[in-house]
Amino acid sequence: MRAWRWLRGTVCVLVTIYMVAPLAIVVIISFSSAAFLQFPPPGLSLQWYHKAATNPAWLHSFAISVQITLPSALLATLLGTAAALGLSRGRFPGARAVAALLMAPMIVPTIIIAAAVFALAQRWGLYGTITGLVLGHTLLTIPYVTATTLTALETVDRGLEQAALTLGATPWKTFRRVTLPLMLPGVLSGLLFAMVISFDELIVSLFLSTPEVQPVTVHMWSDVRGDVDPTISAVATLLFVFSVVILLAEGALRRRNKPVETIMRPAL
Amino acid sequence: MSPPILELRRLRKTYGSTVAIDDVSLTLGRGEFLTLLGPSGSGKTTTLLTVAGLIEPTAGSILLDSRPIDALPPYRRDIGVVFQSYALFPHLTAARNVAFPLEMRGVPRADIDRRVARALMLVGLPDQAARYPRELSGGQQQRVALARAMVFEPKILLMDEPLGALDRKLREQMQLEIMRLHRELGISVVYVTHDQEEALVMSDRIAVFNRGRIEQIGPATELYEKPATRFVAGFLGESNFFPATVAEATHGYCRLNGGTLRLRARDSGLPVGTRAVVAVRPERMQIADGAGDPGDENGVTGMLSDVIYLGRSRRYVVRLGDGQEVSSYEQVGSERVLGPGTPVQLSWRAEDATALPED
Repeated sequence: MRAWRWLRGTVCVLVTIYMVAPLAIVVIISFSSAAFLQFPPPGLSLQWYHKAATNPAWLHSFAISVQITLPSALLATLLGTAAALGLSRGRFPGARAVAALLMAPMIVPTIIIAAAVFALAQRWGLYGTITGLVLGHTLLTIPYVTATTLTALETVDRGLEQAALTLGATPWKTFRRVTLPLMLPGVLSGLLFAMVISFDELIVSLFLSTPEVQPVTVHMWSDVRGDVDPTISAVATLLFVFSVVILLAEGALRRRNKPVETIMRPAL
Repeated sequence: MSPPILELRRLRKTYGSTVAIDDVSLTLGRGEFLTLLGPSGSGKTTTLLTVAGLIEPTAGSILLDSRPIDALPPYRRDIGVVFQSYALFPHLTAARNVAFPLEMRGVPRADIDRRVARALMLVGLPDQAARYPRELSGGQQQRVALARAMVFEPKILLMDEPLGALDRKLREQMQLEIMRLHRELGISVVYVTHDQEEALVMSDRIAVFNRGRIEQIGPATELYEKPATRFVAGFLGESNFFPATVAEATHGYCRLNGGTLRLRARDSGLPVGTRAVVAVRPERMQIADGAGDPGDENGVTGMLSDVIYLGRSRRYVVRLGDGQEVSSYEQVGSERVLGPGTPVQLSWRAEDATALPED
């Protein structure tokens, strides 16, 4: 029994190290005072952050990433939410097929989507444009928004919507005043997920970008393959921090807005 | 007499091959309190939600204030609904919940505040305006839901088992409150419940539902004293049933034979030769000690199998010769106490027995 517990503990620790170590090494190297990739670092310094922050190429790709992430996350949220509403509240033939189709980008290998998007983007003159990248990322992130919003909608009691109707609210007002406020945490979760996914996305971006229009991830990719410069570890750490912050925000949102349960206290 | 405020004409709702309600017709007078009573799945809630416009009937029509409203969506019907789950908006305070129907009608802000305050006062919650539903007790939530459904002065108020989630004591208190509001505001109410006591306490008239149809509709006393069907006799209060065949019908009474039983009961127009059941309320049965001869009619003999003390009364369960069990209630206070195993006789008056068609 005791031995078993030891074994279990050891396995857990090893798996955790296996998962965290690469990340930890990257973060540690990003603070290195050495002039090249070296582990463990001889001393600490913020030089690589300074370099990343002053290098116009990195700044440019950061700006491109932001220009892609924000519009695509918003667009995906709009479309994904609309889709979730239709799937959850509407009744139409083929709803299941539509749902499956919407979720497809989560299952279809990204490389296939990337190739298809690449072909289309070239034909439509969207190759190497922000618009093309925004549309590509939107496609990838819609399923995440749809899923979180659908989950949020399940927790919104249909009875509340019916009550609103009997109280004189038109379907639109029912949506505005009852459904939307109650599903909003789910929509915001979807938005945050979409941002994280879009900011981290590499494959579709790789297919659609040119040296002039390349997001951070593509820039990192090409850097890694050329001269390896610890700046990349600083950039990677920043991306990591961005994701963690967004996910923490999402978690906080979820805790603050957990489905409101009716607390039944003893009579009056 | 003024025309009814609400009239249902032959409503029918089917889901595929399942019939939820069938041939439901009724009227609601102005200021009347009508209860739809029945077991779960009997169609009473379906009927209510059809009136509210939340369920579209397969056939039939609904007139509100003499105007057909079949084509109107729920938000144009001007009908207040109190739901079993209360359906309060969790993201709005009690006051904002009550204000909701007024805001939807574009009532000016100042009027809204005044009317919300008055509605919360009426339901006894003037101090809870700023609370969120989750901060209120079940009874308080119920009151807010009531205030919200009344504040816009709808033509009628529909209530779907509004007290189902409350404990007994609070339920009885709320029954009285709802009756007071009904009296004071003169609103017309359609109330749904499966609790026959609640129906008896609150209603001007009761419509008893069974399997999607109305079995009988009338004032509580009429339903209790003169049930029209075996179902009504058994569902509203208790009844003992004796199967028998109609042998003779004279002057509002009929004679029936059931095995060795000779019965006389109020006639409900059953032709001679019909298979029937005679319903007798347990509290109308006289119990007497001793085997003896039960008399020439409306009497049975048996063995006392159980005596249950109920506080106000005592319930005797008597096993008859053929194995059937019959109940009799007796007011507590009589010094005589019969014990189980005693041979007893039960008898009743012909006016306390009703002959009903066998189902």
